Amino acid sequence: MSNVLEVRDLYVGYYNKKKLFEPAQYKEVLKDITFDIRENEIMGLVGQSGCGKTTLSKAILGVIPYKSGDIKHMTTRPQMIFQDPYSSLNPVKKIGWILEEPLKVIGGYTKAERKDKAIWMLEKVGLSGDYYNRLPKELSGGQRQRISIGQALMQNPGFIIADEPVSALDVTVQAQIMDLLLELKEEMKLSYLFISHDIDVIYQMCDRVMVLNNGEIVEMGEVTQVLDNPKDSYTKMLVSL
Amino acid sequence: MRKNKKIDSFILAGGLIIVILMLLSLIGFFYTPYEPNKMDAASKFLAPSLKHFMGTDHFGRDIFSRVMKGLGTTATVGLSIVVISGTAGAILGLLTGYFGGIADEIIMRICDMINGFPSILLALVFISVLGSGITNVILALGIIYIPSFTRIVRSETIKYRNYDFVKSARLMGVGSIRIMFVHIFPNIFSTFLASVTVGINNAILAEAGMSYLGIGVNPPAASLGSMLSDAQAYLQSAPWYALGPGLTIILMILGFSLLSEGIRRSSC
Repeated sequence: MSNVLEVRDLYVGYYNKKKLFEPAQYKEVLKDITFDIRENEIMGLVGQSGCGKTTLSKAILGVIPYKSGDIKHMTTRPQMIFQDPYSSLNPVKKIGWILEEPLKVIGGYTKAERKDKAIWMLEKVGLSGDYYNRLPKELSGGQRQRISIGQALMQNPGFIIADEPVSALDVTVQAQIMDLLLELKEEMKLSYLFISHDIDVIYQMCDRVMVLNNGEIVEMGEVTQVLDNPKDSYTKMLVSL
Repeated sequence: MRKNKKIDSFILAGGLIIVILMLLSLIGFFYTPYEPNKMDAASKFLAPSLKHFMGTDHFGRDIFSRVMKGLGTTATVGLSIVVISGTAGAILGLLTGYFGGIADEIIMRICDMINGFPSILLALVFISVLGSGITNVILALGIIYIPSFTRIVRSETIKYRNYDFVKSARLMGVGSIRIMFVHIFPNIFSTFLASVTVGINNAILAEAGMSYLGIGVNPPAASLGSMLSDAQAYLQSAPWYALGPGLTIILMILGFSLLSEGIRRSSC
């Protein structure tokens, strides 16, 4: 099975300038990160807040530079699904526009083709074509998250980073969105890096999982193996919570 | 949240006032009851009557006819000033707010410098360099009002820059310019529009002030401000002279204020 993402010996940090005339201090956030994400696989990423989860996703997406190491994408344009469905959709734009914008960037679609694909995507994420002319404020949190997922899929990314995609939703909606993500993974041959602090969610969603503590991967492996039978003390602590 | 398509009452009232005044000044281009610059020594300082709706001035000119002409000048000046400063302010605000960094610092410090001077004083400096005349007044006030728009647009841009929809647009490969003008600006637009209407008010007042100081329109051409400054000398003997143009200015500003308040109200 081939990989969609290979990360090798990744070090990420930033310079923290506290005083005007003193040299900036280097603070390391991620140390020696090495992992692969395989095709059609969901890789979980757990860890407490501040352990470098978001930094890792930013480095993978190329938003922030990394100090050393290597990040290799086998897919084009990896996308991200955000935690807060209220800030991830442009409030003044209609759903149709939001879904069509990724296609406009790629180019090569006629107006009718774009609309067809947007409506197809609306149905794909479990909404109907009626939503095409609605504004985000008319939608519930779960519906918005469906639109975000649809927007991320418009460019056929192959690999998606989902940064706590269900933590802002209530429990029943959480289950629906998780089902949707699993369905889409099978249908569209997707791989996810699934970030969460919720062990139960990771357990249900992921094939493999890695545990991040203080910027280092302390444990990585099959979900059942890591979470049912943790070897590292930090993982043991997380699972017992 | 907009529940139905009913138009806000403030927008309706403000719009009505503006439309009536615009119509009046438009008619003024083709027809005025009397020749606005024709002097008539026999009918000096006539009080308002059916014949002279707003009375006559110290040269016997019909004030209502002059208000109709002056309204056009004042509105044109006010709108041109806001078009210049609003456009430049929006572009600068989006650029500085979105990119930040050194350019942001430099542009904002220049804005601080312009804001540091009283606007009328600064306009006088511009006029003394550029020479007097209506075009130069527009230019000077247009430049002076840029910082206020820049500031508003910049702070709103900074707010929206960190929203996830902007991040995801960047991930999709949307260009910076398109993010600024197509993704962020529509969100700012209602705030911007409200500040534009306030800007129009300020511009009208500033033009009146400039004409009052004698550096706006050249006599005998009329603007509401220049008429007001002429009327000052006769406030005791012919109060209606000041009342005509003064009330018109108040009405125009009321119209724009209602409009801006209405826009602000219906947008949130």
